Amino acid sequence: MSAQQLTGGPDFRTNHLVRRKRVNMGMEALAWLAAAIAIAILGIVVWSVARKGWSELNLDLITKNPIPFSLTNAPQGLSNAFAGTLVIVGLATLMALPVGILIAVYLNEFAPPSIRTGIGLILDILAGVPAIVIGIFVFVLLVSGSGQSAVKGAFSLAILMLPFVARTTIEVLALVPNSLREASLGLGIPAWRTTLSIVLPRAIGGIVTGTVLAVARVAGETAPLLFTSSLVGTQTSWNPSHALQTVPVAIFELSESPDPKDHARAWAAGFILLVFILFASLSARWLATRHARKIAGR
Amino acid sequence: MSAADVTATPTRRPFTGRRVRFGDAALQLVAGGAALGATVLVGLIIWKVIDGSRPSISKYGLGFVTRVAWNPVVGHELYGAGSFIFGTLITSFFALLIATPLALGVALFLTELAPRWIQAPVTALVETLAAVPSVVIGLWGILVLGPALRTNIESWLHSAFGWIPLFGPPSAAGASIFTAIVVLSIMILPIVSSISRELFLGVPPELKEGALALGTTRWEMIRGVVFPYARGGIAAALILGLGRAMGEAIAVTQVIGGGVFIHWSLFSGGDTLGSKIAASYQGASTDLQSASLIYLGLILLVLSLIANIAAQGIVRQVAKKHGVTRGGHA
Repeated sequence: MSAQQLTGGPDFRTNHLVRRKRVNMGMEALAWLAAAIAIAILGIVVWSVARKGWSELNLDLITKNPIPFSLTNAPQGLSNAFAGTLVIVGLATLMALPVGILIAVYLNEFAPPSIRTGIGLILDILAGVPAIVIGIFVFVLLVSGSGQSAVKGAFSLAILMLPFVARTTIEVLALVPNSLREASLGLGIPAWRTTLSIVLPRAIGGIVTGTVLAVARVAGETAPLLFTSSLVGTQTSWNPSHALQTVPVAIFELSESPDPKDHARAWAAGFILLVFILFASLSARWLATRHARKIAGR
Repeated sequence: MSAADVTATPTRRPFTGRRVRFGDAALQLVAGGAALGATVLVGLIIWKVIDGSRPSISKYGLGFVTRVAWNPVVGHELYGAGSFIFGTLITSFFALLIATPLALGVALFLTELAPRWIQAPVTALVETLAAVPSVVIGLWGILVLGPALRTNIESWLHSAFGWIPLFGPPSAAGASIFTAIVVLSIMILPIVSSISRELFLGVPPELKEGALALGTTRWEMIRGVVFPYARGGIAAALILGLGRAMGEAIAVTQVIGGGVFIHWSLFSGGDTLGSKIAASYQGASTDLQSASLIYLGLILLVLSLIANIAAQGIVRQVAKKHGVTRGGHA
């Protein structure tokens, strides 16, 4: 605190220093408070879902189907929704993963810088399209006239996954050291074989974690499925050409119901969904930092 | 991202026999086709959403955008987006207003104040908040947050500041625009704070140390060095957060309560573009209604495209200015 001695001006007299220090203290306290509030919000959300969900958790939820307009206390579950989510998210991953990896390979290994920037911008724009608009798009493109199905729902989720998978794969490919590519090319191995058998295998761990993150993200998506796979029966089905119930859509419908029994099932299903998503994204994040170190050879 | 520099100049490579070139061309073609496909997809989305709303566009034209009406009764059908656009703008604006100081505070805490051992877990926790599905936040919003806000905060604000039109009488159900604002601000907080955190981390330490060495307090250093340096990026982060808030449909539908009117009371129900569309998912009674819903989607698409492109433009400009080669954050 030698500033006031150096300048010596009247603006740096002690009372100002005291005030400046007070302002500083106040602002630092506000930043601490902001962080505390952010953590408290997460804590409150997770805690209330866990508290309400845990008490309603039972095996019926996974093994039994819902009973429409039930007036009795017969046990109901959401077996159809869990089956549907598995089918739809699985299909969406199958659609988005190869295309996303190919886009990343093109952008990172082949594309000239101008095209790389251009398509990068396109991917960012695609990632910014609201999920509900994706649902409307697939509705107009595929559903309108011919009806809903799980495949169409999966297609809409795949559109949401695509920019995410491509972005994370680009990041991983960029970590693969150039010396590996140079060594391979220097041995006379063509660029396509270098990409397929040197670069991609090196990056596979990162691609897997990126995919897990993408799955965790779309497994909880409701909006695109409302228009593509929501008008469903109450029986469990694995047939992707039918509209299938999903966990997020089921929670959405149950949360709008006036019946507390429906709320109970919504909490339990929300709890399972939340645990799955938090577990997947936290473990993927942990793996990602480990892989990044390994890929770069450090 | 200079990884492709070597492979981008295939002509200089030795042993370019015919088979080799065929394999390279095939992989380039397939991968390039996928990249082209993504571009086509964005165009197709815009075209199909315009196409689907065409009956409503040709009937109402641009007057649809400002009209406040939603009457699906056959014979008296009249649709307009006015109240939904109003609801979208007011919810996302106030959500941003609440989330911004919190998010900047969290980011400053994580980059300037927190002891090292706290940084990693708190960063992970804040980003975990972004992973909570919107339908779960909405479930919590309608069953826990809404009633709590109504009995504690809304009734208090109404009795204390009821003369301000924003604080009207609380609705009976606890579903209100205010609940939607709180839910949205929770949802955009992690996005804005994680982008801001990266921006603050990018401020050159010699600038910060220089300011501190001149005798500034930490806050004066932040105000004089960190904020000006990150200003453009923060603007982009806020626009991205705004775009996210405007596009969120599910959680808002669950908590906002619905209604077709423009009013200034935050404690009554309302609708946003997204929530109106989502609430009508079980089908429209007429083709005109369905086209009008898609028209709402078109307006939402245009709003979010503007927000996104503006944010990406700012990000790229800032990156150029600071000589950083990294791309966007979205």
